[in-house]
Amino acid sequence: MISVRGYFHSVRLDREKCTGCVNCIKKCPTEAIRVRHGKAEINEQKCIDCGECIGACPRKAKYVEIDSLELLNSYKYTIALPPPSLYGQFPPSVTPGQILAALIDLGFDDVFEVAVGAEIVAAETRRLFRTGELKGPVISSNCPAVVRLIQVRFPELTKRILPLDPPSEVAGRIARQLKSRELGMAEEDIGVFYLTPCAAKVTSIKAPEGGLPSYIDGAFSIQQLFPLISRSLKNVQGRGRQQRASGLGVGFGIPGGEVKAVGRENSLIVEGIGNVDNALEELEMGHIEGIDYIEAKACNGGCVGGILNVVNGYVAQVRLERIVRELDQVHEPLEERWPNLAQLNFKVPRIRVEPRPMQPLDSDINGAMAKMVAAEGILRTLPGLDCGACGAPSCKALAEDIAQGKSNANSCIFILRERIMALGMKVYNLAGIGTRMEEQRGDKEEGEE
Amino acid sequence: MEENFEQTISLQFELKSHDFVQAGEASSEIRRRLKKLGFASDVVRRAAIAAYEAEMNVIIHARRGRLQVEITPRQILIIAQDEGPGISNIHQAMQEGFTTAPDMIRELGFGAGMGLPNIRRFADEFNISSCAGEGTSLKIVIYAGEG
Repeated sequence: MISVRGYFHSVRLDREKCTGCVNCIKKCPTEAIRVRHGKAEINEQKCIDCGECIGACPRKAKYVEIDSLELLNSYKYTIALPPPSLYGQFPPSVTPGQILAALIDLGFDDVFEVAVGAEIVAAETRRLFRTGELKGPVISSNCPAVVRLIQVRFPELTKRILPLDPPSEVAGRIARQLKSRELGMAEEDIGVFYLTPCAAKVTSIKAPEGGLPSYIDGAFSIQQLFPLISRSLKNVQGRGRQQRASGLGVGFGIPGGEVKAVGRENSLIVEGIGNVDNALEELEMGHIEGIDYIEAKACNGGCVGGILNVVNGYVAQVRLERIVRELDQVHEPLEERWPNLAQLNFKVPRIRVEPRPMQPLDSDINGAMAKMVAAEGILRTLPGLDCGACGAPSCKALAEDIAQGKSNANSCIFILRERIMALGMKVYNLAGIGTRMEEQRGDKEEGEE
Repeated sequence: MEENFEQTISLQFELKSHDFVQAGEASSEIRRRLKKLGFASDVVRRAAIAAYEAEMNVIIHARRGRLQVEITPRQILIIAQDEGPGISNIHQAMQEGFTTAPDMIRELGFGAGMGLPNIRRFADEFNISSCAGEGTSLKIVIYAGEG
């Protein structure tokens, strides 16, 4: 018997708001959702916290579990980690430096750009390719929803994931270490908070995929902070704070930015969870050849397309591209731009992502085969409309659920209707009404002729 | 339920010449099923790739053909039979990079001469028989057990 490990999930359901409609079950890339007894249920093992269902829900019954700002009071010193996508949320007149200043104004003691972490990860990736330690195809470890999709659906590809801690974690570690040295403060007294554009990152902070503990203490959403930042932007009156990241780091927020930063020409850039799934299948089948690096993001348009942003992803992308172009003027290496950082002599921690394969139809292959045969028989009796009214995303999924004893054929409204009709006929015949009525009809027809 | 009763799942796919719309569907379906059945991930991958190469061979070279798959808990048997030109020199066809695919196919990125060598590499048992002018038949077995 395999024991089921509990998984932390940031994507949650508000049962009060859920009306049991079937919008979310259709959007889930791992078919993790079923509607049972009028409410959506998320399968913890299959869910990868990509956030697709949040966007699909018309009643806003799906939400992301984020931290309350009160958490800031639990630390002596607080640092915000703003990701590149945050810079794309404001009009072009607002510079990244002003946004950083606003974060200080609204109550953080310090800020550390995730884009700096991105630059460091990119530099290490370039080095590992140069030394030959990395050989293509390498899949980026940046998007946690993609990493988890691989764990669940493409276990063979986990060994292809870039073995480096992602930029947000690198930024968190450096921010904490630098401040601890500078202030002579214990590391645990410093609270480090990620300003997240998506659900997927929240999960990876609470339950990191790569086997290392997270160096981030909590996550606030960009949506949650947006009004506060907007207000603080008025207070800072155009005064900016020194901004350290170059265009290479900030570019991580938009499609192609990572590939540019790691400097591999033969790279694949894929966005959108469905497209990523297709590309990974091609890769697993060995159809993708001669590729060094795969930049894969679960959201359309990359991180600016994340569900917790404020501005339309494509608008934010244009704004971020403009910022990247301006920052591309920065050419000095990071160590020169930031001597303190060089002194830290930071090494990007190595991660190792283990597979987390989906449950087969049965724990025993012979049993699974019996269930597959049974499911096929059941599927032939289903209408094949994939309407979702039964609570499963497709007739095939329902057939498998029935074969596994998780559902029954009456969940299908078409089968139920047929059965009620058959039952009705039985009652009708049993009561002998049919015979009498047929006799009457016969008399009538004869009469008409 | 009998203790020693072993399940078998049989699948059959009809393949047509130059049908690039359907190309790869048979091997994708085989891959999906093996995953759902809980076969080890490297078994799934080897079987799927071998099936894909066999499938593409029929689509590229033959007039028509058929892929038959028999899955048991112990092994995956794939039989590909086609009506087509056949292979006059099997030894030569097994060499990496040797191809008889027309330019049109190669321009599409297929027919690089790796099909048969790949199948041999990924299969645990591999038999090929062919009659020039009549057709080719492949028998591929992937063991599902450990090691």
